[in-house]
Amino acid sequence: MNRIHKKLSEDKKLLSIYFTAGYPEVNDTVPILESLEKNGVDLVEIGLPFSDPLADGPTIQASSTQALLNGMTTQKLFEQLKDIRKTVSIPLILMGYFNPVLQYGVEAFCKECNEIGIDGCILPDLPLAEYNAHYRAIFEKYNLINIFLITPQTSQERIHAIDEASNGFIYMVSSASTTGAQEGFGNEQTTYFNRIATMDLKNPQVVGFGISNEATFNAATKQAKGAIIGSAFIKMITENGISGIPKFIRSIRPL
Amino acid sequence: MHDEIKNGITRTEQNNSMNYNVNEQGYYGEFGGAYIPEMLYPNVEELRQNYLKVMSDDAFQKEFKELLKEYVGRPTPLYYAKRFSEKYNTKVYLKREDLCHTGAHKVNNTIGQILMAKRLKKTRIIAETGAGQHGVATATVCALMGLECIVYMGAIDIERQAPNVARMKMLGATVVPATSGSKTLKDATNEAIRDWINHPEDTHYIIGSVVGPHPYPDMVARFQSVISEEIKTQLLEKEGREHPDYVVACVGGGSNAAGAYYHYLDNPDVGIIAVEAAGKGIDTGQSAATSALGKVGIIHGSKTLLMQTNDGQITEPYSISAGLDYPGVGPMHAHLFQSGRGEFISITDKASMEAGIALSKLEGIIPAIETSHALAIFETRKFKPDDIVVVNLSGRGDKDLTTYIDYFNL
Repeated sequence: MNRIHKKLSEDKKLLSIYFTAGYPEVNDTVPILESLEKNGVDLVEIGLPFSDPLADGPTIQASSTQALLNGMTTQKLFEQLKDIRKTVSIPLILMGYFNPVLQYGVEAFCKECNEIGIDGCILPDLPLAEYNAHYRAIFEKYNLINIFLITPQTSQERIHAIDEASNGFIYMVSSASTTGAQEGFGNEQTTYFNRIATMDLKNPQVVGFGISNEATFNAATKQAKGAIIGSAFIKMITENGISGIPKFIRSIRPL
Repeated sequence: MHDEIKNGITRTEQNNSMNYNVNEQGYYGEFGGAYIPEMLYPNVEELRQNYLKVMSDDAFQKEFKELLKEYVGRPTPLYYAKRFSEKYNTKVYLKREDLCHTGAHKVNNTIGQILMAKRLKKTRIIAETGAGQHGVATATVCALMGLECIVYMGAIDIERQAPNVARMKMLGATVVPATSGSKTLKDATNEAIRDWINHPEDTHYIIGSVVGPHPYPDMVARFQSVISEEIKTQLLEKEGREHPDYVVACVGGGSNAAGAYYHYLDNPDVGIIAVEAAGKGIDTGQSAATSALGKVGIIHGSKTLLMQTNDGQITEPYSISAGLDYPGVGPMHAHLFQSGRGEFISITDKASMEAGIALSKLEGIIPAIETSHALAIFETRKFKPDDIVVVNLSGRGDKDLTTYIDYFNL
């Protein structure tokens, strides 16, 4: 059983954190992961930095630019994560844009993930049709779960197609925006969350974009299985560094 | 039939039965597609489902053609460049896109797309621009139609291209500096895409070249195809045949080239010559010659050739010409290169600047520096005396005067 499935079967709301690999310092990747697990985070998206992150707002863009300046590459990330399963057991998902994966070689990338113990990928600019036609078999061969996004504008028909192609969870983008653009949720989100909850999808949903504190986490997970915090975490680590992690996590999920 | 393997690109012999246009899935050979995040899917899908239907509508065509005639000033002349031809001992015709309103071919596409946006009931227009030519052409049509216009432009380009920034403001557009990444064209494009993600309902994105996710490369090529449509008619009048022996155009993203080649793509009697910017030289690290330096990858939603690091990070190109300063190339052109259908030549800053002066003195036409690259090939690429060579004179040089002045101490 993949670690993602196991985690999803637990009877709790899941807190997921996104951070950019190689930021603030190039060798922070592993210490951040260890601290997140220690502080009770349920799963993690490790961001592969990209020069042109077109779905991201200023916070994640800046962290990507800095990570690349720090010398982060796909190869380097794999080296850093080589022994990660000796110290970290929560599900790990790599999140990034498709071009660096394409240059690494999709099969070589999936194989490497499998050997390290990476459980899944989120590649927002790899479209469903391309994935199904060319890459699904490779991902499945290496037991790697590919996670798709839906947005408030995604049609019912397409949501069902994405649900069909998914095997883990669906990444529910809370609003039409780039990352880090939203402050809280309004009626529009509530309607959208309710609509998805009644669709009877086979995959649970995890909400991302616009979650920054306890209130937004609770609102997002009222019906969804979990929620992802990205930009707010990057902002915190920019200010406070790794030692700020325990306080930050407790501010979202009090002990 | 692989005759060359370079940078992971397999180049095949020319195959006359090959299709050089886009297929139903949005691909030119292996290039193209729509590699976009889900947030963009509804916008792009709406366009994909409607663009051919809208464009084939009689009322749309009538309005498009009327604006091209009355507002843009089409047809543009196909001018026999007598003295230029004598110098290079071949027959050179210049397709005078520089005489279009706003000074370049860019407006053919913006006229088409603003009509498309209106048909799709969009009320807000966004665009990216490098040197500002496409931004000006977009601001122009937005003024014409009374639509809100936001143009993203790299912060560095805003400083370099002050006159075009002023033009856009005079035309009522809001110019937003792109301050991310390298602060140039590719970042302006990223910012425009981010804007579109944040405005999924009311906004149309007018992309300025044959780049971006399907259907943009095909839609822009179709709007620009008026160039080769006119060449056919004009050449028939002048030479008694519709097709030249060669069509030459400069390629940054490749929209003027796509328009000049369009009706000749499947005619093997017409040689297609694409001219890229070598910058300071292909091996200097300061170049924009994508066919020579690029590898297959994804940029701005399209699978194509692009300049990038081994790790897949997109690199910053260089050319003296802002319009050729793009790290990728449209998927149509990637396919023309890979299939061998197109002959790709790269021209340095120096050779292009000299060609710009040469045309000015021989024909009384000051070309844009982009176009000067296409004109420079005659120094090294020899043609037969009775060859008919059409060069797409994509833009005029007014915008480049400062560069010409600085370069030659005029």
